[in-house]
Amino acid sequence: MAWQMNSDRPIYTQLYDKILIRIVCGIYKAGNRLPSVRELAAEANVNPNTMQRAFTELEHSGLIVTQRNSGRIVTEDQLKIEDARHQLALAQINTFFANMRELGYNDQEIMTLIESIVKK
Amino acid sequence: MNVNENNSIAYTQGDGTQRDNTQNTSVYTSDNLVSTQQIQTQNSLLHSDENIAHTPVNLQKDFVQSDENIEEVLEKEPSENVQNPYAINTPLLQLNDLCKRYPGMGNYMSVFHLNLTILRGRIIGLLGPNGCGKTTLIKMINGLLAPTCGTVLINGMEPCPATKKVISYLPERTYLDNGMKVSQMVEYFSDFYEDFSTEKAYNMLGALGISSDARLKTLSKGTKEKVQLILVMSRQADLYILDEPIAGVDPAARDYILRTIITNYNPGSTIILSTHLISDIENVLDDVIFMKNGSLMLYTSVDSIRSQMGKSVDTYFREVYAC
Repeated sequence: MAWQMNSDRPIYTQLYDKILIRIVCGIYKAGNRLPSVRELAAEANVNPNTMQRAFTELEHSGLIVTQRNSGRIVTEDQLKIEDARHQLALAQINTFFANMRELGYNDQEIMTLIESIVKK
Repeated sequence: MNVNENNSIAYTQGDGTQRDNTQNTSVYTSDNLVSTQQIQTQNSLLHSDENIAHTPVNLQKDFVQSDENIEEVLEKEPSENVQNPYAINTPLLQLNDLCKRYPGMGNYMSVFHLNLTILRGRIIGLLGPNGCGKTTLIKMINGLLAPTCGTVLINGMEPCPATKKVISYLPERTYLDNGMKVSQMVEYFSDFYEDFSTEKAYNMLGALGISSDARLKTLSKGTKEKVQLILVMSRQADLYILDEPIAGVDPAARDYILRTIITNYNPGSTIILSTHLISDIENVLDDVIFMKNGSLMLYTSVDSIRSQMGKSVDTYFREVYAC
C-alpha cells in the first residue's frame, strides 16, 4: 500500500514527517535498525533518491544515525525523540486552535468545551 | 612518451579526475618536467630528457615509476568515483541542437533545436501535450528516425548497434508477434539480448498472473502491454526509454509496475518515461522534462516544482498547458 501524499509539498518533506511519526510513536524503536532506503521506497512507492533525501534530513536533525556497517539506526537519545514528539504535539494543538478560532470560538470557550468532553 | 600516455589512460578507464592526474604523469617524462608537482619529481629529475632518449633501461624505469605514481594517486583519493564506474562525468545521454522536420510538413519542426543532458541514476518523466514531439524525440534517441540536424550521443556514441545494446526501449505500440506464446517471447528476448534475465521476467509474469502458455493474440490489450513492459524491464540496460508504459494498464497493475521500476532501480541506469498519467507516476520521478511545440520548456526536479510553485507536477502541468 503506497503512502498517501499531499500534492502541495515536496515529497521528501512528507516522507520525513511520516518516518518521524513512526519514530516518535515507537514503531521504529530507539537504537533499532531502520529498514533500508530501498525497502522503504518500495513500501511508500516513491523514488529511492527521494527517500534517501528524507533520510539525509533526518540525519541532519540527529534523529537517525548512520553506522558504518549496520545501516541506519534510530538515535538512542530519548530526550531528542521526546523533544520531537513535543514539537509535533504543539503543532497539532496550534492547528486545532487556529481551526476553532476560525469557527468563532474564543480561547475560554474552547477550554470549557475541551473540559466538558474530557469529563465524559 | 606516447606509450606511457596510453598506458596511463588504460589504467583510468575514462574517469575525469584521474585522467587529470595521469596527464600529469605523462607530462612527467616530457620537457616541462619541473612544473609537475609530484613527490617523485626529485627522483625523475635524475633522468632528464636526453637520458630517456638514449637508454631504454631508464625509459623502462620511468614507466614503472609512473605506474606506481598512478596507484599512489588512486590510494590517496579513494573517492566514490573509483568504486563506482558509473559515476563518471560523461553524460548518459546528450542531445545537441537536435531538430526533426518530417517531409511534407512544410517548415514545421516536430523537434526544434533541443539541447539536453541526462545523467545516470535518474527517473525522468517526459511530459507534454499530444503532438509536442515526445515520441519523435524518443525515436531519434533509438536511431529509428534520422535527425534533420543536430546529434544524439549515448555514452558519447551516436545511435548504432552498440547503443541499442544499452538502451531498453518500449515503443508506443506493440511489435510482438501475435502468434507466439508468452514463453516463446521470453525465449526470443533472452536469445536476442545478452542482458536479459529470464528469471526476472517469469517472476513478474507470475506476480501479474499472466500465463506463459497463452498466445499473445488471446490476451487483452492491457495484458499485452504488461507483457511487453515486463520484457523491456527484464533487461539490465543503462537507459530505459518507456513510451506510454502504463496507459492501457489497470490501476492495481500500474502500482505494481511502478514498484517494479523502483525496486529495479540502480544508480547506474536512467529511466525516461513519457506519459500523460502524471499524478500516478509523480512520486516515482526525480526530474521532469516539459516539452512544448518541439522545444524544451522546462527540465527540473519534481521537488523543486513542488517547493517553488507549491503545487504538484500534475496541477502545474494543467496550468502550463491550459487550453
